[in-house]
Amino acid sequence: MVNFGGWDMPLEYSGILAEHQAVRTRAGLFDVSHMGELEIRGPGALDLVQWVSCNDASKLIEGQAHYSGLMTACGTFVDDLLVHKISPSHYLLCVNASNQELDFEHIVSHNRFDAKIENAGPRYSQLAIQGPRAGEILARLTPAPLADIRYYHFAFGKVSGVDCLIARTGYTGEDGFEIYFDPQYTDKLWNDLLDAGRTADIIPCGLGARNTLRLEAGMCLYGHEIDETTTPLEAGLGWICKLGKGAFLGSDVLERQKQDGIQRKLVGFEMQDKRIGRDGHAVRIAGHDVGRVTSGGPAPFLKKNIGMAYVPLESSAPGTAIDIDVRGQSGSARIVPLPFYKRAA
Amino acid sequence: MYPADYRYTKQHEWIDVKSGIGTIGITDYAQHELGDVVFVELPKVGAQVKTGESFGTVESVKAVSEIFSPVSGEIVEINSALADTPDKINTEPHSSAWLIRVRLGDAKEIAGLMDAVAYQAYITEAAAGAAH
Repeated sequence: MVNFGGWDMPLEYSGILAEHQAVRTRAGLFDVSHMGELEIRGPGALDLVQWVSCNDASKLIEGQAHYSGLMTACGTFVDDLLVHKISPSHYLLCVNASNQELDFEHIVSHNRFDAKIENAGPRYSQLAIQGPRAGEILARLTPAPLADIRYYHFAFGKVSGVDCLIARTGYTGEDGFEIYFDPQYTDKLWNDLLDAGRTADIIPCGLGARNTLRLEAGMCLYGHEIDETTTPLEAGLGWICKLGKGAFLGSDVLERQKQDGIQRKLVGFEMQDKRIGRDGHAVRIAGHDVGRVTSGGPAPFLKKNIGMAYVPLESSAPGTAIDIDVRGQSGSARIVPLPFYKRAA
Repeated sequence: MYPADYRYTKQHEWIDVKSGIGTIGITDYAQHELGDVVFVELPKVGAQVKTGESFGTVESVKAVSEIFSPVSGEIVEINSALADTPDKINTEPHSSAWLIRVRLGDAKEIAGLMDAVAYQAYITEAAAGAAH
């Protein structure tokens, strides 16, 4: 067990490699109840969401979700999050556990729209069932028409008789669902999903596999790739940064950065020898320190050692040779396009 | 579980001494704490190791662990098979997944290490501590 944002959570159950492989080839079940939930309600809900986040929530239809960034006035990340549109006057935000309180205070401090903001974390548990067989397993426990829930959409329905918000989202690079429900049913749904998935060899997965899966899929982790010092444009998240939607927190800074061009860029790299570049290791080009590894380690499915790092824009092209300082020894690496892994459509 | 004729360190290495040559590895407890091992870095034959000093690293998916020598001496053999099968450390930590063999500089050093009973008690205490 490790302490993660105040929650005691298993790093692994049967082993990170086995759990990682299960999600890529079959199914895995994650207890992600630590994730925070904030609910924004009222006629001003959309205006508030639009003001504090960089993606364009006016484009969401009811029952749709998107990935976004909660912005500072400098156009950097307070947090990253999923925004779910439940109704025109009701949005559910799923945020990082460790940022939940700060996010809440941040949004409250910018609420000139008279929206009602609730820190709803204690009212929700969340389980993530992920992998190519996730839908088939979940279908055994719910009458909800899962096939009609498209990627990054959600519906309300019963799972094992329990009222759930069933979202086709995830943090693994695989197809799958994240379900939100009353915490009193956590044990029941956890056990029922494992039982329902037994014939598909579902296994429980911990934080370790969650991290290797998201890294392999090239997804950002708050505190690593993104934080209060990085902008969506630098992080390769220009696609969630909708400068055309009208002013929002930090949009002036981001507009300027877009015009002037970014100085540094988040890239993926693959180690070219057996050494493993890890979080915090220095990145060098031609002997000069140019940045740090934000996340690095083995990619269990690709069977390579990979990582992400910020490098100067002029050195960010795929194919560029870089060196990683692995505890005093130089490991050679090459910049590669992100994501490392993309599932077959 | 823990061979009675081995000796153990607080950093979870074992050593099996026969005819002045000590075979050194990491314990089952250590491999379990590390998780899936993916890379092992060992020194070269002929290198000197010193008691309590790091001679290599064992890396799992999630962590890097330095390996400390239980004794001083000269490395006479390394387990080069681990380069291709580092996961043996998870399955056979006390046998085929030994790391290095050392010619002991001072055979009396072994007396300062834990025997299997003492080591078992030591890790039981460590596990109890971790639970609180």
